[in-house]
Amino acid sequence: MAEHTPKPEELSKVDYHPPKKGWMDPHVEFRKGTFCYSALAKNIEYLGMPNPREWQPFDADWKLPPNWKQIILDGMKERLEKYRSFRLFMDICVRCGACADKCHFYVGSGDPKNMPVLRAELIRSIYRRYFTPAGRMFGPLAGGRELTEEVIKEWFYYFYQCTECRRCSVFCPYGIDQAEITIIGRELLNLIGCNINWVIEPAANCFRTGNHLGIQPHGFKDSIDFAVDELEDITGIRVEAPIMKKGAEVLFIMPSADYFASPHYYTLLGYLMLFHEIGLDYTMSAFAGEGGNFGLFTSHEMMKRLNAKIYEEAKRLKVKWILGGECGHMWRVAHQYMNTLNGPPDFLEAPVSPITGTRFENAKSTKMVHIMEFTADLIHNGKLKLDKSRNDHWKVTHHDPCNVARGMGLLEEPRYVINGVCNHFHDMPENTIREQTFCCGSGAGLGTDENMEMRMRGGLPRGNAVKFVKEKHGVNLLTTICAIDKATLPAVVDYWVGGVEVGGIHELVGNALVMKGEKERTADLRGTPFAGKEVKAHA
Amino acid sequence: MNALLSLIVVLVLGALAYVGGSVEGLRTLFGVIIPYAAILTFLVGVAYRVVRWALSPVPFRITTTCGQQKSLPWIKAGYLESPSTTLGVSLRMALEVLLFRSLFRNTKAELRSGPQLVYGENKYLWLAALAFHWSFLIIFLRHLRFFMQPVPAFVNLLSGVDGFFQIGAPVLYITDIVILVALAYLLWRRFRDPQVRYISLFTDYFALFLLIGLAGSGVLMRYFFRPDIVAIKELALGLVTFTPAVPVQVGGLFFVHLFLLSLLIAYFPFSKLMHFAGVFLSPTRNLANNNRAKRHVNPWDYPVKVHTYAEWEEEFHDKIKAAGLPMEKE
Repeated sequence: MAEHTPKPEELSKVDYHPPKKGWMDPHVEFRKGTFCYSALAKNIEYLGMPNPREWQPFDADWKLPPNWKQIILDGMKERLEKYRSFRLFMDICVRCGACADKCHFYVGSGDPKNMPVLRAELIRSIYRRYFTPAGRMFGPLAGGRELTEEVIKEWFYYFYQCTECRRCSVFCPYGIDQAEITIIGRELLNLIGCNINWVIEPAANCFRTGNHLGIQPHGFKDSIDFAVDELEDITGIRVEAPIMKKGAEVLFIMPSADYFASPHYYTLLGYLMLFHEIGLDYTMSAFAGEGGNFGLFTSHEMMKRLNAKIYEEAKRLKVKWILGGECGHMWRVAHQYMNTLNGPPDFLEAPVSPITGTRFENAKSTKMVHIMEFTADLIHNGKLKLDKSRNDHWKVTHHDPCNVARGMGLLEEPRYVINGVCNHFHDMPENTIREQTFCCGSGAGLGTDENMEMRMRGGLPRGNAVKFVKEKHGVNLLTTICAIDKATLPAVVDYWVGGVEVGGIHELVGNALVMKGEKERTADLRGTPFAGKEVKAHA
Repeated sequence: MNALLSLIVVLVLGALAYVGGSVEGLRTLFGVIIPYAAILTFLVGVAYRVVRWALSPVPFRITTTCGQQKSLPWIKAGYLESPSTTLGVSLRMALEVLLFRSLFRNTKAELRSGPQLVYGENKYLWLAALAFHWSFLIIFLRHLRFFMQPVPAFVNLLSGVDGFFQIGAPVLYITDIVILVALAYLLWRRFRDPQVRYISLFTDYFALFLLIGLAGSGVLMRYFFRPDIVAIKELALGLVTFTPAVPVQVGGLFFVHLFLLSLLIAYFPFSKLMHFAGVFLSPTRNLANNNRAKRHVNPWDYPVKVHTYAEWEEEFHDKIKAAGLPMEKE
């Protein structure tokens, strides 16, 4: 935890009274802990994006290009013509305020500009002033505002204080989606080089090496080998983990954190065990070694540039279809964008599970299946030997990742699998799960340490719901199928709850999976003794 | 401040019409020219706005899924909240447009000490919005009796049902009360709730005061200051048959009513009131969640600079080789 982050008791005293000054005053204060640092010039240069330079948000001079205003207005015009969503969402909001307390950042900060309606008004006021007759004529009276450098700073602050989680859009009577507005707002900011390093560096790394972390091919191989060795220690079985094997049936895509971060790593172990046990003919790839896509947090164009690898690699390796691992925004891209961006993947076949024969009709065009769908189908058809008691030391609750819930609708599959592999599962209150799930507070590229106070504020609703099931049911494990969640929820639950671990569902699958020829297991993938085996393990 | 200013503007406009209606030279202006101009503005303006929206394509299928996707056959899909078919989308839209489904979800989050975040029911906004919009529609339809001769049977039926609770004469229409109560709540809510007050613009109050003025002047005429209904119908029929004339019996309060109505309909295309048409075009609601089953085409898609496998292999050639991974070029 960053040292200047206030204590939970302090942070939870949220003042919801709006300030005296009206919201049209754009001034923001860049207070430590509530914003992200600027993108490094080398990363912007590498991606060929505009205005690479040395600057920080707290600087007085942001070194914008001289014609920045024209760039923004031209950029708005172009996007109004390209995206019906953008034009419509600029026009039809009635400011009913139903979205206000649906945003985790508003709940945790009380800052009125974190109400989705007002976050959108920050850009709508410019739209009205420069693109509508009423705004041009009547200015502030018609809700119009002058575009100044202060406004750009304000946009930067608040569009990088939105995790594009879409919770507001569930409650909006017109389906206005703040994620869409934030995505376009960030695109505009990128035109004049106002972006954050926590987004641009992973994007640059991914473009170059194939993954966010900048791991080069031999590093990829090393971490997979390490996992295979460790699995042999745990199970006594040496699994095969093919990398870039031509002619495999399935290309497996995962977020890079799965093979380079913790607790993601235990999920990777779970995948490898599962694929071995069912004899799946698959391959991973170091080139397409990243399912996550920080292009989604940059611009539609960058999303397309980074996503292109997946189909390219599937074609090169001559696989039949693609299986995708546990990740949140990766799945928003795979489900709602990939086929449009880089399809159609005519060289692939409609996915069929080689184990159960199930045709994944819902994925017949994009040809990419979610691993929760795949594993749920295996369990439903009785293809796995599972010992649920091996997860008895866990009392589990599940966090629906925003993108998977509201950008895909994958809600039952994870619960089906969890209930298939463990005995103690308790959902959090209904206002905080499924389509109403609360963001971890660190998504959309905001999960960086310098932004810790804002992350904890945004994580308050989630943390509070976890605390509720911890106190009620003794929950000690929060599962999630999102790599950003796995990286950032541990900090959130430590801060707001304490005594709850975070893990993936395939980690639990790995714990419960009884493999043919395995040695006697006394501990789970983390080395935590199974319930009832504690004494033996300690002895 | 915004509220006061918009109240003053609406009052001044109302007074203008009241006075104008009594000045001989201005009666044609307020009774004929302005209503025609307003309708023309509405038709042209709304068409323009809708066409503008329609001309912007929908490059991606960005449904907000509020329920279970259709995936494996044994998992029950949320056919209304996450529809995968056109029928499902139509039903979802019908629920949205007719019953304000999304607003019905509304809750109130409250942070108590602890901290403890609790979520309470909060259906008043939904109820008031629904009450207002449906009353408005019914009142609009009831008014057809002024514009049509003979009066269609459904209009009489509707008026009959609306006036079911016959309290004295004239018949008291339920919608007249409901619309005023609903509007009063919506206005009160903008004042009372600090967050909503903070976000409210002049235009938000302006629309509300226009509607209150419109409904209020109507109610005054119906129950308190009865105008010459026959003369009003003569004017109304004259307008729709393009033989406009302003009968001498038509009085001041009616001009206020007609003028506020003219302002309202002329104001539509320039304002947030366009949500009545926009809701049908919202891409997060009117698209099926069948993304992976059916490809969506982006009409302005263009090629982008990518990092190809060949470039990647060339850059990391030695490392790939040293790691013993398969390669295209050894």
